[in-house]
Amino acid sequence: MLNITINNKKRTIDVPDDMPILYVLRDELSLLGTKFGCGLGQCGACTIHIDGHAMRSCITPISYAANKSITTIEGLDDDANHRVQIAWREFKVPQCGYCQVGQMMSASAMLDTIPNPTDEEIDLHMQGNVCRCGTYDRIRKAIKHAAQLPANK
Amino acid sequence: MFDYTKIKNGPSSSAAEIANVSRRSFLKQLGIGTGAFVLATVMPGFSSILHASPSRGDSANVKADHALNFFVAINPDGSTSIVCHRCEMGQGIRTSIPQIIADEMEADWQQVFVVQGKADKRYGAQGTAGSTSIRNQFIDMRKIGAAARQMLEQAAADMWGVKRSDVTAENHVVKHLLSGKTLSFGELAQTASKLDAPDQKSVKLKSPDQFKLIGKEVKLFDQDDIIAGRATYAQDIQLPGMLIASIERPPVVGSKVVSFDATEALKIKGVVEVVQLKNRPLPVNVLPISGVAVLATNTWAAHQGRKALKVEWQLSEHKSHDSESYLKELVEKVQQPGEAARKKGDVYGHNYDPKNTIEAVYTMPYQHHQPMETPAATAWVQGSGADKKCVIWAGVQNPQWAQGLVATELGFTGDKAADRIEFNITLMGGAFGRKSKADFVLEAVELSNKVKKPVKVVWTREDDIKHGFYHSVSANYMKAELTDKQTADYWIQRVAYPPIGWTFNDKTNRPNHSDLSVGFGDTPFDLQNLSLETQTAEGHVRIGWLRAVACLNNGFALGSFVDELAVKSNISAQKMWMNLLGSDRHVDPKQDGFKYTNYGMGYDTHPLDTKRLKACLNYVCDKANTSEKLPEGQGWGVAVFRSFGTYVSAATKVSVENNTLKVLEMHTAIDCGVAVTPDRVKAQMEGAMVFGLTIGLMGGISVKDGVVVESNFHDSLMTRIHQAPPMFAHIIESSQPPGGVGEPGIPPVIPSITNAIFHACGVRVRNLPVNKHLNVV
Repeated sequence: MLNITINNKKRTIDVPDDMPILYVLRDELSLLGTKFGCGLGQCGACTIHIDGHAMRSCITPISYAANKSITTIEGLDDDANHRVQIAWREFKVPQCGYCQVGQMMSASAMLDTIPNPTDEEIDLHMQGNVCRCGTYDRIRKAIKHAAQLPANK
Repeated sequence: MFDYTKIKNGPSSSAAEIANVSRRSFLKQLGIGTGAFVLATVMPGFSSILHASPSRGDSANVKADHALNFFVAINPDGSTSIVCHRCEMGQGIRTSIPQIIADEMEADWQQVFVVQGKADKRYGAQGTAGSTSIRNQFIDMRKIGAAARQMLEQAAADMWGVKRSDVTAENHVVKHLLSGKTLSFGELAQTASKLDAPDQKSVKLKSPDQFKLIGKEVKLFDQDDIIAGRATYAQDIQLPGMLIASIERPPVVGSKVVSFDATEALKIKGVVEVVQLKNRPLPVNVLPISGVAVLATNTWAAHQGRKALKVEWQLSEHKSHDSESYLKELVEKVQQPGEAARKKGDVYGHNYDPKNTIEAVYTMPYQHHQPMETPAATAWVQGSGADKKCVIWAGVQNPQWAQGLVATELGFTGDKAADRIEFNITLMGGAFGRKSKADFVLEAVELSNKVKKPVKVVWTREDDIKHGFYHSVSANYMKAELTDKQTADYWIQRVAYPPIGWTFNDKTNRPNHSDLSVGFGDTPFDLQNLSLETQTAEGHVRIGWLRAVACLNNGFALGSFVDELAVKSNISAQKMWMNLLGSDRHVDPKQDGFKYTNYGMGYDTHPLDTKRLKACLNYVCDKANTSEKLPEGQGWGVAVFRSFGTYVSAATKVSVENNTLKVLEMHTAIDCGVAVTPDRVKAQMEGAMVFGLTIGLMGGISVKDGVVVESNFHDSLMTRIHQAPPMFAHIIESSQPPGGVGEPGIPPVIPSITNAIFHACGVRVRNLPVNKHLNVV
């Protein structure tokens, strides 16, 4: 039994300690916004925040999150109006959209530590997130735009 | 019962019928209540080069007939649902189809919502491949919209007791021209729903200058859901009592399960059952390739259980396949004369002047789709005997083909077979051709049929990379002699690769005329002597369609070779393209004896036009300023290619320093005729640049001892953000009939990169990927 805060709600979770957070979120809690991409921490599709840090949920066991706070796309903003989400809509970033939740979770964590990233900083912080459709140019533009929007509480 | 009114179709050379079906009971299927106005159409299956192979016997079961289906429904409150019968994989088709229909019907985009069609032969062709959705159905979709508009106008005229010519539909209302009074589409819905569909001659399409939505920026469907994390992909389906299946498949194609030991697997908490999938004989087709499935109550347990499995395989003869030595054989083969598919003049009687002749072989390894969402499907087989039915949720590109295969799998026969299979189409998290093949759906059906529960099959990334339908490893040979007019002649092209046909018939070892029509037999140059030839190549892994198919290797070879000719002639590649293309004209490869299929399109609507090719290349050279003076170590590369009825040019700027490549800037210019959803056209071109970077710089699958060597994203590389330079996707304004968009971007991109590398540092990359020759960081 683990106590974990997920999207500001306290939960008690009863799963094997080594189950990756990804499968807890998806299979046990039906929080389906977080996606499976590779299972190896290579693509970033499964990115969530743990205590505000971007983490790959496919390789992070649930036990790591005990007594910590997880944020998923569902909890990023109640009305899906986090500034990265606003910017993503503005630039029509998604194509198939499957990797975009992970992209936005990485981008929002980056903006919390680097308020005005340069292209190089974006490239450095976002290179763990793969997009097969090829939306990178728009991702860079959207992040720069989001940086100019008021930060969420 | 219903008065069908035949409507002769326009340039897409297919016939459509439109009928009013408002009162049919199957409106329920779309969640549409009574009183709604529904317009149905029947379209015969549109031919597609990618789906024309007679060896795909099962697709015959699902050929379109003349039953009904629906596209438009207007509720009394005015909300208007428009069906997207094609499948969404990121190209934006769920916006484009409603956009076309809504424009002709004068619907208010704010009141339009999209309904995803299920697999249903009454929609006509649903196969979303070959960049066909718009180029094949533009006129049909417009007629559906225009017929709806006409019926709404008629309804208003009837209600007011005036002539239809006195009223006009505009922005979701019908207006009486004299009095200015209006009735909304919602108010007209019920009356319109009782009218017969109009006669074909009275359906009038807009002229392009009247378009209000087509070619304009509109709010895209699905974006909000995706960005909120609410969009549903196949991986996201959850049903009560569902089991998740993780399948251990044979490492070599065509192999069999001899035995397995599930003792340890069954000890894992959550594992419910371990089931062997049927061994199936070659040819592999798109059916499952057998294996052992671990079924569990959650995904993690299924994967853990699978790791604990012990399986003994009987490996097939393909266990000796080695892609490296195989490619060497292909390279040797293409240097020998082959079987000519298109011929003119006499290349073999000619004495080539070695000083002015270039011979080159270009190679590309196997490529894999690697959609971000691995294959996944949920099937629920219910009942037994004659009452047996099946419900499916999957993201597939060809739902009717899949439905036909499911019917065969479950032994459903006769006219009603398809009615026993409800096939729900989810969003696809990328597809690129992979999800044309429904093997993963069949796996779910086979397992659900066995365990009598809903089963979701999920593929790991390793499954995806090791058990794909690969784009063929290939060798392209080019030879030509320069003339004194700074052009070339005595042109020989040869190609060797295992054809897609091998997957369906393992005796197939040579590309046929249809395969060769994609960027090989349609070389558009003004040549007096040419010979375009094939060599044989046997298949050893599943071969399948990948975005742009053989245009990938053919475009790379052609685009590179023109650059090599230009270098040898000491002129720009742009100039060499102009010289080779010659005068403005329509090239007909059929004149040289080649059975050219032109991507399944009519030559009247979609000719191969050298004027558009030249204009397209000139456009990108201008926009990118490719003639600028560059510092040492930098270079521009260009290429142009026509495929799927569309012309795309690409310009790439790179720097090479200390043997290390950096891509600095990329441009594409597309002339796809009418661009229905311009933002998505640009998005597809941006995607093509990134896809081209992957294939050009780092992509490729290798096979040793019949087994795919790569396993995940650490060794099967894809372009990442730091490798993607600023990108500029230009659209060339055109009122020509639409061409394809999803695929034609990539073929010119790849040679534009390697040409740029040559102009930056003098290294000519003929064997992809570039990272075998230069550092790609």
